[in-house]
Amino acid sequence: MSGILLAILGMIVLAFGYRFYSKYIARHIYRLDPNFQTPAHQYNDGVDFVPTRKSVLWAHHFTSIAGAAPIMGPAIAVYWGWLPAFLWVILGTVFAAGVHDFGALVISARNKGRSIGTLANRLIGRRAKLLFLFIILLLLVMVVAVFGWVIANLFITYPASVLSVLIQIPLAVIIGVYFLRRGKGMLLPSIIALVVMYGTAVLSTYIPALQIDLVQYLGGEDATIAFGLDAVTMSFLIWLLILFAYVYVASTLPVWKLLQPRDYINAHQTFVGLTIFLIGLLFLNPEVTAPTTRSVDDVSWLPLLFITIACGAVSGFHSLVASGTSSKQLNKETDARLVGYGGAVGEGVVALISIIAVGTLFATTDDFLAAYPSFNVANEEGLGNFIEGAAQLATGLFVPEAIAQTIAAVIVVSFAATTMDTGTRLMRYIISELGREYKAVTLTKKHVATSIAVGASFILVLLPEEERGLGGGGYILWPLFGTTNQLLAGIVLMLISIWLIRQGRNFLISFIPMVFLIVMTVFALITQISTEWWGDWLLVVLGSIVLVFAMWIILEAYVLFKNERGEKLEDDQ
Amino acid sequence: MGLKDQLSRALAFYDEVLRLPHRAEIKRELRDENDIFYLLSFSEMLGLPNPVSYYTLELYPEMIEDFHDWHLRMGMEKSPLDGIRCC
Repeated sequence: MSGILLAILGMIVLAFGYRFYSKYIARHIYRLDPNFQTPAHQYNDGVDFVPTRKSVLWAHHFTSIAGAAPIMGPAIAVYWGWLPAFLWVILGTVFAAGVHDFGALVISARNKGRSIGTLANRLIGRRAKLLFLFIILLLLVMVVAVFGWVIANLFITYPASVLSVLIQIPLAVIIGVYFLRRGKGMLLPSIIALVVMYGTAVLSTYIPALQIDLVQYLGGEDATIAFGLDAVTMSFLIWLLILFAYVYVASTLPVWKLLQPRDYINAHQTFVGLTIFLIGLLFLNPEVTAPTTRSVDDVSWLPLLFITIACGAVSGFHSLVASGTSSKQLNKETDARLVGYGGAVGEGVVALISIIAVGTLFATTDDFLAAYPSFNVANEEGLGNFIEGAAQLATGLFVPEAIAQTIAAVIVVSFAATTMDTGTRLMRYIISELGREYKAVTLTKKHVATSIAVGASFILVLLPEEERGLGGGGYILWPLFGTTNQLLAGIVLMLISIWLIRQGRNFLISFIPMVFLIVMTVFALITQISTEWWGDWLLVVLGSIVLVFAMWIILEAYVLFKNERGEKLEDDQ
Repeated sequence: MGLKDQLSRALAFYDEVLRLPHRAEIKRELRDENDIFYLLSFSEMLGLPNPVSYYTLELYPEMIEDFHDWHLRMGMEKSPLDGIRCC
């Protein structure tokens, strides 16, 4: 099977899904009305509510949801062969993610652009809102922990990428202070910043003195430093401390100083990365050497596949973006099809690229099997394999592989770092919100809330013990993150179903994926808690909390569907 | 349309996409600053002693348009001040 053929096949199915299925949903299920006055027009305040062209809004929505997660999940899930991962990404995007993102956007737009949490409050009740906040909080703690662990590992594996990533911080601050604050154009300065970053990456690849390799500084891999920790573990700990200190500062500074200009530079990286992959794939036309399917005896693909690939097949996180910002900027209600469903399709394409990059990396199937001996190793090495696979595709454009690897590592680290500080910032808001909800005034203070957020994630990274010692078990959190994310998607699909029932329409399009997701999530949790995690009490406790939330949702849904009184939302038109 | 025009249009579109979230943040920050200024100007109606309230009178003609938007944003349907009849 050639890589190009796989990409074309996937894209054709996604295109068909968009062309026919989303059109059917728009016409007959959500019944979009081109004359409906969207919140952007109704409350146009020039700040949050601004009517925006649909192509611009789609691109913005896509860059907000595409991060490191749709790359990492598929790179791990290829462990069970490329076919299951490919099918789940394609079918999940068409039948679950599209419906979910599109629906969240439409419901929010029909209800004054309110966020999905507030809508849960109105559709189900206050309990649902709190449940929502706790689930999102849990999700964010895990996201920040997992990506902290990922970045620290990448810094140790690819020391040439460190300087580029570090140099991005002063560049972003300069752009923020000199251009953004003064309302000047940021396009040229941010492109120059990107060129400087990639120039640094090229230099660091060939000049060892520019590689910030902590393991070497501490005396090589076999050296023992303090407290009986070896050099690798010590480097890992140092990077984590630096990263979490940075995240603390980044998420408490005003956004225009660092975060926004950095997002701006990273948005270029999304497009640069996608373009290089697709063109490289065309030029190189590699063969997929990963096995089509594979029977393994450590971890079964059912149900784990469906939580390993969360973003890229269906992800609850998207509903937060759709209802938080995009719904306030819809120019026409009919634009929701492109922005919501089209955004999910874009994310599906990113996941598809990840499958192809890893699937075509190895020369033979035996090499693949040697690189993916167990599920734990797949979790640990997946992202590294993606970086190497992506670098190999870039050689199709005559970029030397060593340089391509460094740049691919820079891109992945940048994505992960963005996710980390956005996650920390969101956590801070939620902790403050919970503080207000439960009358705990201390929690509403900025630095208190941020300290709790950063502290919780930091502890979570360090706790799981593995044979590799401190922090070696961080990858165990990935399935837990996937589970929480799918659970959130399940709740959103439930809200969409309730809304459709109240409108007296066919609710099966959202109800079937909801049942599927919740069943898979609960199934996966029970399997993981009773086998994989048993003995590691931190994971058992966290997993059990998520399981309780899942059961709670099933109960809420059951009670609602049973006693559906058909009250329409007061201002739902 | 020449290639140059197409390229500049593509660049303008790209820039618009990236600016979208930032524009809102900057405007929000400016609006918050403005709201604090208003709060100071009209603090007497909240019973807060304001040493410069006398001078803020001179600003009323300048502020009357914005004032209407402000009290709507603050959740007051009608103007809270007798002196300003904006609605």
